[in-house]
Amino acid sequence: MVFIGVRAAPMVALTAFSVGVTLAMQAAHSLETLGAEMYIPDLVMLTLLREMGPVLIAVIVIGRSGSAVAAEIGTMKVSEEIEALEIMAINPVQFLVVPRFIAMMVMLPALTIFGNYIGILGGWAVCRFTLDFNTAGYILRALESAETWDLYSGMIKSVVFAWITITIACNAGLTVEGGAEGVGQATTTAVVQALLAMLVMNAVLTGIFFFAA
Amino acid sequence: MKANGKPLIEVDRLVRKFGERSVLNDISFNVHPGDTLVIMGGSGCGKSTLLRHMIGAMKPTSGTVKLFGEEITGMKEREILRIRLRFGMLFQSGALLASLTVGENVALPLLQHTNKSVDEIEEIVEQKLQMVGLTGFEDLRPDEISGGMKKRVGLARALALDPELLFSDEPTSGLDPIMTAVVDELTMKLTRGKGMTAVVVSHDMTSAFRIATRMIMLGHGGIVAQGTPDEIRASSNPEVQQFIKGEPDGPIPLNLSQEEHEHHQHVKPRPFLGARDRFHRKTG
Repeated sequence: MVFIGVRAAPMVALTAFSVGVTLAMQAAHSLETLGAEMYIPDLVMLTLLREMGPVLIAVIVIGRSGSAVAAEIGTMKVSEEIEALEIMAINPVQFLVVPRFIAMMVMLPALTIFGNYIGILGGWAVCRFTLDFNTAGYILRALESAETWDLYSGMIKSVVFAWITITIACNAGLTVEGGAEGVGQATTTAVVQALLAMLVMNAVLTGIFFFAA
Repeated sequence: MKANGKPLIEVDRLVRKFGERSVLNDISFNVHPGDTLVIMGGSGCGKSTLLRHMIGAMKPTSGTVKLFGEEITGMKEREILRIRLRFGMLFQSGALLASLTVGENVALPLLQHTNKSVDEIEEIVEQKLQMVGLTGFEDLRPDEISGGMKKRVGLARALALDPELLFSDEPTSGLDPIMTAVVDELTMKLTRGKGMTAVVVSHDMTSAFRIATRMIMLGHGGIVAQGTPDEIRASSNPEVQQFIKGEPDGPIPLNLSQEEHEHHQHVKPRPFLGARDRFHRKTG
C-alpha cells in the first residue's frame, strides 16, 4: 500500500529535477537583465517550497495513484468484491479506504519534501555549471532566503492535496456503475476532479497564507 | 413442508419495482431449518434480485424478509452486520478479493470476526480448502486459477465461519460435471449431515434435483410453482415442464418484448436485437 509513494519516487525525482533546472534557467534569463543573478537560488527555493513542489508532486500523484486507486476500487465494485465484503460483515470503507487514505496522507507530503530537495539540486546544477556559482554560495543563499514558514506552508498544502486526492479517488471508485466502461469513466472523473480541486485549493491556500496574513 | 420449529427465513409479500416494472411481485415463502431450497427460473426472472433481498443487500419496495426470526428489511446497516455473521454467501463469480491469495481470502472472515490465533486460522483454511478439493492452492492468487476453482474458493470462504445458513448464487455453473457432483455432495453433507440450511439459486436442473428438499420456480415476477422435487417433477404446469426439461418451445417467451426490454435496468437496447427478435418471430 505504501508503495503508492516509493514507486513514484523516480518519476517525482525526474519531474522535480527538470522543474528545478527550468526555474533556474528562467530566473537566470530574467534576472540577468537586472544584474541580479545572485537571487536565482532565492527564486528557485521559494517557488519550489511554496508552489511548484506541492502542486507538481500532487499532479504526478493524482495521475499515478489517484487514477490507480479509483480504478482498483471501481473494479472491485463491478466484480462484486465490495458486495462480498459487505456480506461478510466487513466494512469496505474501513477495509479498503482507510489504508489507502493513510498511505496517501503520509506519502504525498514525503514525496513533496523529496521533490523539493531534488528540485533544489536541479537549480544548483544550472548555477554551478553554467553560471559559475560555487556550491556553498548556492546553498547559503538558498537557505538564507527561505523561512521555515515557506516549508510549512508547502507541507500544509501537500497534506490538503493528499486529502482531496484520496477522497475523490475512493469516492469515484466506490460509486462506479456499469462494468468496465464505468470503471474507465470513474478513473477519468477522479483525475479531472482531483486536479481541478487541487488547483483551486492551491489558489485559496496561497491567498490565505501569503496574501491575507 | 416440514414443520420442525420456526422457519429460518420468512419472505412475506415481497414486492420490488425498478421504476414502473415490478421484478418481484408479491412473493411469500418460508425456509425451515435443515431445508435446501432451490430457486429456479429463466435468466432475468428475478432470482438474483430475490436473493439480494434475502441477504439484505437490497431493500424491497414493500413486504418483509425475516432471517432467524428477525426482520432485516427495516434494519440499519449496523444491525444487519450482526445477522450477516450467521450466514455465508457464495457469489456467482466467486467474488474473491483479487489482491489477496486464495488462503488469505478464506482466512479473511476468520481474521475479521474471530479471535483465533494465526495457527488455528491456518488449520481451518486448510480444512475448508480440502473440503472443496483445493488442498495446496493457498498461495496462488485468484487470477492464477480457473473460474470453477474461484467458485470453490468462494464456497470455502462462505463456509469459513461454519454458518447456519448458506446462500449460493449459481454454485455449479461453470463447473465440470464431476466438480458439480462434488460441490453438490458437499452441500448435502452440510445440510443433511450437519443441519445447515441452504438457499441455492440455480438453473442447473441435474444439480437442483439432486440437492433440493424444496423448490421454487420464479417467472413473471411471481412464484410459478413450489414444492418438493417430486411435486415439481410431477407438476402439470406446462411452464415448469418446459423449464425442467429444457425445451425451446413452450409457454415461456423466448425474448423480452422491445418495450419490456427498454424498461429493463442496466441493459441498453442494442440495434441488432430488434432484428433478432423479428427473425425469431418469423422462424419460430
